[in-house]
Amino acid sequence: MNNKSLPYLLLLPATLFLAVFFVYPFAQIAVQAFTAEQGFTLQHFDKMATNWKFWPSFWNTIILAAIVVPLQLVMALAMASIVAKLKTGRNSILYVFTIPLGLSDLAAGIIWLAIFEQSGFLSSMLVGLGVVDRPVLFLGYQNLWVIFIAVILAELWRATAIVMVILVSGMGLIPKEYYEAAEVFGAGPWKRFLKVTLPMLRPSLQTALILRTIAAFEVFAVVVALGGTSLPVLVGQTYDWQFNLRDSGGAAATALVILAISIAATLVFLRLLRTPRGATP
Amino acid sequence: MAEIVVKNVAKSFGAFQALHSIDLTIADQEFMVLLGASGCGKTTLLRIIAGLESPSQGEVWIGGRRVDQLPPRQRGISMVFQNYAVFPHLTVFENIAFGLRMKKLPQAEVRDRVERTAELMHIEQLLQRYSGQLSGGQRQRVAVARALAMEPDVILMDEPLSNLDALLRLEMRAELKGVLAGSKTTTIYVTHDQVEAMSLADRISVMNGGRIVQAASPVEVYRNPAARFVGSFIGNPPMNFIAATSDGDGRYRVAGLDLDGPAAAGPRLEFAIRPEDMTVAPGGLRAAVRVVEPLGAHTLVTCEVDGAVFRAVLDSDLRIAPGDELSLVPKPDRIRWFDPETSSAVPVAS
Ligand SMILES: Nc1ncnc2c1ncn2[C@@H]1O[C@H](COP(=O)(O)OP(=O)(O)O)[C@@H](O)[C@H]1O
Ligand SMILES: [Mg+2]
Repeated sequence: MNNKSLPYLLLLPATLFLAVFFVYPFAQIAVQAFTAEQGFTLQHFDKMATNWKFWPSFWNTIILAAIVVPLQLVMALAMASIVAKLKTGRNSILYVFTIPLGLSDLAAGIIWLAIFEQSGFLSSMLVGLGVVDRPVLFLGYQNLWVIFIAVILAELWRATAIVMVILVSGMGLIPKEYYEAAEVFGAGPWKRFLKVTLPMLRPSLQTALILRTIAAFEVFAVVVALGGTSLPVLVGQTYDWQFNLRDSGGAAATALVILAISIAATLVFLRLLRTPRGATP
Repeated sequence: MAEIVVKNVAKSFGAFQALHSIDLTIADQEFMVLLGASGCGKTTLLRIIAGLESPSQGEVWIGGRRVDQLPPRQRGISMVFQNYAVFPHLTVFENIAFGLRMKKLPQAEVRDRVERTAELMHIEQLLQRYSGQLSGGQRQRVAVARALAMEPDVILMDEPLSNLDALLRLEMRAELKGVLAGSKTTTIYVTHDQVEAMSLADRISVMNGGRIVQAASPVEVYRNPAARFVGSFIGNPPMNFIAATSDGDGRYRVAGLDLDGPAAAGPRLEFAIRPEDMTVAPGGLRAAVRVVEPLGAHTLVTCEVDGAVFRAVLDSDLRIAPGDELSLVPKPDRIRWFDPETSSAVPVAS
């Protein structure tokens, strides 16, 4: 057999699978979002945008991502720097850090619910310590910001490790000689981090940021577990349109909005963290 | 002023002792070459002086200051790495400027110094390129320029030419020598290439098995090896050795020949002579010719003396063929003697 066609042939099953189960439904949703009985229309988007929960859910999603992702990045950089320096026990520590990755996001939401709910750990502990006289309702709709914080904590706890794992492997690829050169030429630990680690970690940072930001735009189960309907987010809206309002046009339109902001974020990261031509080792 | 003093430095990696009690003084502005086979500890010693490795014992002094507890950046050194370590994410300009920016020099001076050193290394037209767009030789030049731009007291180089092809290596060697002679730095240069060492060094430190065997000028190291190892390591082809037994009164019997040797020495010595220090004349060592290799000006003749391999570099006018029997007379003032027990040189009483 011709050697040139072999790789394509091997990729064919996966390509077909994606075409049938991803591209086709995606095309269907795209068509659905823009059509009604009478043909092309923007009425689904109009309907979606005028729903009173749309803009709150849009901004909640963006703000959550804008808080969670940078925090995760900073924490993961710090953790990865420490882990990458370890000589022994590095793998064990990585395993421990990655435990939350094995949980579904709903399970993570429920764990944090167990901490924050009225009869939960936090409340009981505060009562036990005598800080408050009776159990506190943290996650009520009056305290939207507490729900916000709880969601942020749950998301940090759940998904920082994936960023860290990507960064640790990226740091492992930076040759030691560059650090030594930086050290000889006058860079202390902080400068070495800024001048060697960060720029040489660019490809890993790009991957981690894109993955995490797209995932953050899709936040849903954790928010539902902790906030119910008090804190609307975009994926929640999609769910509402589809299953509560039985309007797949509205659901399709909302899904396309999520897709659009995901693509926009990806493009921004690709652009911001691109490696200049020739600047690869 | 930057004299480098290494006092009683040793280094172990776990159970393996890479350096044994090294003592070495390098004078201000001297060009010192550390020469030795791969794995003898050259890089380890250089890295200890640089501060990239800490010694298991001993002291390092640079310019009258004890530095073995200081980080590299406080030692007043710069370094050319074996694989160059030119930052891939920075342009050539920013690479050369790296150390100057760390020192927070004013922008105008940074530009001035970068341009000056770039010109010196003939890379001024490459300043806006990234290292991925450079050839090996150009990267090497950037690495040297980056070190020179610091105007350091001390430059350390670890096999800087070993990754270049032969022709480029020759060219860079001459250029390095010129450039460094023009600067006022003390240089330590690590290599396993004896020709490089000979051509660059003010002094060569020959290392073997984690020890410095001899530290002397290139000619001295070549002419008067302090140990058998030095004679066999330096010179191509290397020195010849033949076992010698004392006849008493400072006379030694060497493969049937009676020669003057050290007066006060043991009953057994090793006679040594460089291949080019012999003439074909009657009354010499009897050598059976095995292989003849004309090299142009000279002919390398591999023979057998006393049952061992023995090489001579002779005038190419001589007609010699395999199977011939030669009589090789060593030049008396070029004969050296070694103690077979300690391997060190035994001087002829003067
Ligand atoms: N970090 C290290 N850990 C263990 N052994 C090492 C280390 N660095 C060097 N060595 C050993 O020390 C010896 C000297 O190494 P090196 O200084 O690199 O030799 P050279 O530069 O002369 O080739 C070698 O046998 C090497 O295997
Ligand atoms: Mg080495």
